[in-house]
Amino acid sequence: MSLWITFTTTGRVLSQIRHDRRTIGLILFVPGLLIALLRYVFDSEPLVFDRVGTMMLGIFPFTSMFLVTSIAMLRERTSGTLERLLTTPLHKLDLLLGYGIAFAVLAALQAVTASAVAYYLLDLDTKGSPGVVMGIAVSSAVLGSSIGLLTSAFATSEFQAVQFMPVVVMPQVLLCGLFWPREEMIGWLQAASDVLPMTYSVDALLEVIAYPDPTARMWQDVAIIVAATVVALVLGAATLRRRTP
Amino acid sequence: MADSVEVDQLVVQRGGRVVLDAISCGVAAGKVTGLLGPSGSGKTTLMRAIVGVQRVVSGRVSVLGMPAGSAALRRRVGYVTQSPSVYLDLTVRENARYFASLYGTGRRAADQAVADVGLADAAGQLVSTLSGGQLARASLACALLAHPDLLVLDEPTVGQDPVLRQDLWQQFHELADAGTTLLVSSHVMDEANRCDQLLLLREGRLLADETPQELHRLTDTDNLESAFLRLILSRPDGSPTDTGPGERAAAPRSGPAAAASRPGTGTDLGGGA
Repeated sequence: MSLWITFTTTGRVLSQIRHDRRTIGLILFVPGLLIALLRYVFDSEPLVFDRVGTMMLGIFPFTSMFLVTSIAMLRERTSGTLERLLTTPLHKLDLLLGYGIAFAVLAALQAVTASAVAYYLLDLDTKGSPGVVMGIAVSSAVLGSSIGLLTSAFATSEFQAVQFMPVVVMPQVLLCGLFWPREEMIGWLQAASDVLPMTYSVDALLEVIAYPDPTARMWQDVAIIVAATVVALVLGAATLRRRTP
Repeated sequence: MADSVEVDQLVVQRGGRVVLDAISCGVAAGKVTGLLGPSGSGKTTLMRAIVGVQRVVSGRVSVLGMPAGSAALRRRVGYVTQSPSVYLDLTVRENARYFASLYGTGRRAADQAVADVGLADAAGQLVSTLSGGQLARASLACALLAHPDLLVLDEPTVGQDPVLRQDLWQQFHELADAGTTLLVSSHVMDEANRCDQLLLLREGRLLADETPQELHRLTDTDNLESAFLRLILSRPDGSPTDTGPGERAAAPRSGPAAAASRPGTGTDLGGGA
């Protein structure tokens, strides 16, 4: 492993995106627009917006970074650049971390714009601070990226990669507590929810909604998010084979 | 001079089909070796095995004295795939600089390599806007900048204009003169004459391992296309199933022992021609 190679890989991925203005626009502004939409959906229920809007600040970056990363990695696999990279001194983890950091940077920008829109234009209100919400949103995005890197290994085309979104992301959205409190779900659904990583992003955000200071439970959730990210990256590295049939 | 690459009884299967059938050959150090054969003859697979990205069934490939694919070789072996593998959404310069950073050779080497392949004027251009020939050269630049000891190039001159092709071949020889070993594949027979040594591949077997001159002499023709044809016709085992793989493989050198003697005396050219 080499820090230098990891960082130049991050730089390379960011340069690729820098040349793609439309993607930058979509990444930065779509979540803010959707949150604004949500604000008017719950126009008569500001308390519901506070709750749902905050949870969405964690769910959007997870979803968009999952998609962007899995397609970016799939391109790397199908264009032959991955095979080429694996004949160079680059370590597999250099590549995955390089991607992870690049998308974390994008996710941070996305979280900042979406949170700024939510807090300052739409009067979103949480007991905890917006800074903590942004931090959790970024960790959620990095988690989404690393799961995207892993799932791209199972797709052989962009058609398939896009189809993995409903398979991998939607169940997590349904079971994370956004639509219905997890405690009120039937037992086996709770168990399923317990093993899905997005649950912990949303749970951490629920803590910020309810308490002014970071709670122990919130930190535990964040620790689980980080652990799940590492597991996904390591599994992702295992799917990168230098020798292929 | 010693061989940079030694391939011994290499067997590769892809999708249940034998693609390389007990191939044994060598690539001489500091020379330009041409790997020729029709499409589907196994050229790319052999190259992939040499750079260590091909899963093999059996046999041994050693590169610069180490097993192919060793971590230490990744700095010393450059590989250019047949379809250009560079980032389409980066400029030529950005691509070159990224690959230079992986090899630790720095920006100057990157810019120099871009200039060497004749892309200095297009350095700031997005790779997706390049022509096919330029694209292939951008990909080549990303291997040249590593200053590798062994350069494996899969059909690098396809689609290049004749003047550029001439330039590229001249560059290959300059690199070889400076000590780099080159293995260059092509399915264009007229490129064979530009190589120091030739490996002729057909249907996963080695037909010949000769210099172009020897090949001309043995097959009694100046035209490599017909030389190739005569070699095929001269083989006693025209049908691929009547002998065991060990006997059939690589007429000039069927095993490690034969690999020591280079002259292609085993090729019975008189019989069929």
